[in-house]
Amino acid sequence: MASFLSRAALALFMSSAPVALASAAEIAIEAGDGAAERLTEALISVKPGDTVRIGAGRFDLTDGLSLDVDDVVVKGAGPGQTILSFKGQSGAGEGLLVTSDRVVLEDFAVEDPKGDGVKSKGSDQITFRNLRIEWTNGPDEKNGAYGVYPVSSKNILVEKVLVKGAADAGIYVGQSENIVVRESRAEYNVAGIEIENSMKADVYKNVATHNTGGILIFDLPNLPVQGGHDIRVFDNDVTDNDTANFAPKGNMVAIVPKGMGIMVMANRNVHVFGNRLSGNGTTHVLIAAYPNEYEDENYMFVPRGVYVHGNTYGEGGGAPDGEVGKTISDVSGTPVPDIVWDGVTTIPEYFSWTSAENRVYVDEAEGTTFVNLKMISQLLLPWGWWPDTDISGYKGSLPEPAPVKLPQEGGA
Amino acid sequence: MAEDIISVAGRFGRIVWSVAAGFAAVVAATLSGIGASGAVSLDAILSDTPPRELSAYGFFSDMAAHRPADGVVPFRLNTPLYSDGAVKMRFVFVPPGKQATYDANETLDFPVGTALVKTFAFPADYRAPGENLRIIETRLLLHRDDGWHALAYVWNDERTEATLKIAGAKVDIATIDAQGVPLSFTYAIPNKNQCKGCHDLGGAISPIGPKARNLNGDFAYSDEPANQLDRWAALGILAGAPAAAAAPAAPDFLDAAAPLDARARAWLDVNCAHCHRAEGPASNSGLFLTWGETEPVRYGVNKRPVAAGKGSGGRLFDIAPGDPDGSILLYRVDSVEPGVMMPELGRHLPDPAAVALLREWIAAMK
Repeated sequence: MASFLSRAALALFMSSAPVALASAAEIAIEAGDGAAERLTEALISVKPGDTVRIGAGRFDLTDGLSLDVDDVVVKGAGPGQTILSFKGQSGAGEGLLVTSDRVVLEDFAVEDPKGDGVKSKGSDQITFRNLRIEWTNGPDEKNGAYGVYPVSSKNILVEKVLVKGAADAGIYVGQSENIVVRESRAEYNVAGIEIENSMKADVYKNVATHNTGGILIFDLPNLPVQGGHDIRVFDNDVTDNDTANFAPKGNMVAIVPKGMGIMVMANRNVHVFGNRLSGNGTTHVLIAAYPNEYEDENYMFVPRGVYVHGNTYGEGGGAPDGEVGKTISDVSGTPVPDIVWDGVTTIPEYFSWTSAENRVYVDEAEGTTFVNLKMISQLLLPWGWWPDTDISGYKGSLPEPAPVKLPQEGGA
Repeated sequence: MAEDIISVAGRFGRIVWSVAAGFAAVVAATLSGIGASGAVSLDAILSDTPPRELSAYGFFSDMAAHRPADGVVPFRLNTPLYSDGAVKMRFVFVPPGKQATYDANETLDFPVGTALVKTFAFPADYRAPGENLRIIETRLLLHRDDGWHALAYVWNDERTEATLKIAGAKVDIATIDAQGVPLSFTYAIPNKNQCKGCHDLGGAISPIGPKARNLNGDFAYSDEPANQLDRWAALGILAGAPAAAAAPAAPDFLDAAAPLDARARAWLDVNCAHCHRAEGPASNSGLFLTWGETEPVRYGVNKRPVAAGKGSGGRLFDIAPGDPDGSILLYRVDSVEPGVMMPELGRHLPDPAAVALLREWIAAMK
């Protein structure tokens, strides 16, 4: 009976699998003469179900790599062993671009790409596992923008990756849906981890340290996908984010002050809990409206429904940085409190009230400091007000989004 | 020698290419129109396994002279894509008895069995751009039952045959520019995935160039110059087209007599909008540079970048009206640095004519 069941289950699995696994092949690419061309060609001619196994050693690429075949695993010998170096890259906007579905990228390193590191565009079920993306010269505005970069994708798993030196965000997920970022490490980037214009994300058990800002949850106007919502940021270590901002001017992250822990901007239903924050010189948690003028009637510029609770806060706020740091500390004084909300609401709400599901709630241990700067609209101008530092007035809670389940992990 | 004229946009502005040597035949051959007994192999076009050699398709009755076979029609675009100044020769083959269907906005709807053939060549000296052409590659877009397929064939030095190259290639080019200065660079033949890097519409490979507005202009056929849309209809390879005068027309971006706005938008449409459109590879940027886009913020006016990185060049907006040097768009079109330059693929050299046009266009904006 048991064997009948397991065979039935296997048959079901086989029939629903998109490819016949029996035909799966392994294509081995070893370092050495012509390795770059062999790898480029393997990623083009690979068949669904196959694995491209990249051997240990250094691969010097002069052009970007790309994969457009579904159901492929690209596997190296480890992020310290298999090194794809793009130091001599002369073309393409990223090191590796994936545009297909059900792809696993694991166990290799991408070094010094001229643009972004590893990007997926329009992929469904894309896994980035045990990768290292690094600009080896350290923080530099000439580095590429993003390290791990899934965009316009869904069912994204980023785990155990290490990203260093990105001039925008180390791990950046944009305009995507159903996202898990876990057990990863981001350091010496402008933003460690950024979830932007995205829905349903779990960001947990990561370490974001020595970035300009640790973890950013943003929503921006004038994009095909906006209205980011249902984000959980929990059980992360967000410490010592103390690298001066090196993003080229014009990029949104260029406004992030050195020493930002977790920042939530213009998103909906964001839950920040159980994180450990310390050594962030501007502030540990900032909740803010989009600060720029914009032309987009479908865009909501203020955060809606943010719940911050059960985090632990170490030393911080002692060195507010940049324009944002100054705006805050001019009102709050120094050290800046652990949690800062700019207090910006829409104009109608300013003159009436904000409904329960759209409010900001803070429920933290005794001794946690807080300030509502009570700024109005998008004008970062004080107007007949005083800041509110009474944290007890923000107690309450929001229903937590269900954990993200990914099909590549057997989830729905 | 026939004195047929084909205009191409070259590295340093408008080049009137006096077709010389063997290339005169390119044009002369078209008058035979669609010969039912054309030498083109439909089997080769439709085969799942593409021929290794270009000659197997039979597009050319004389490979060395690039003389097209019966039914293979040369064409030009009002504003072409810039490819490091390559001189391009374009041909279309529509299977006998079939027709492309007219579309006022998108690429014409070509039937299964269609082949779009584009040959890239560099002159030995841009001061005489029609002479001593070195033919590098011929790219094919083949419309099979399961969709379009993109392939690149690389020519041998003897110009007798071209061979399929899936993984792309780099070719060193040495020429002399229009000012008489030696110019050397590495030209990139795209690999199969890079073809899709541009030829991607909603996830499927798709032709870009042959849109009505970009075909709606004269071609110097050997009998007489004629409008291409009208000629295609007369040849029976295009159905449903209005008279050319009633069809949209994009200008040649170098035509100083055309309105500045139309010239700039035509250039952006051809050089950028295959990615920068809602269905294209750069959809996530929210920057849409299609000819029909009417919302200024969507084509960049006062629009902030989203994923530009160092491509921002320290500038705040894609287009800052009246301020070319404050506009990211111009910075990236002007750059040749990987990670900054736009387009990301297919270009290594600057395109000063385009930069000058875009500069003038942005400066004139209020």
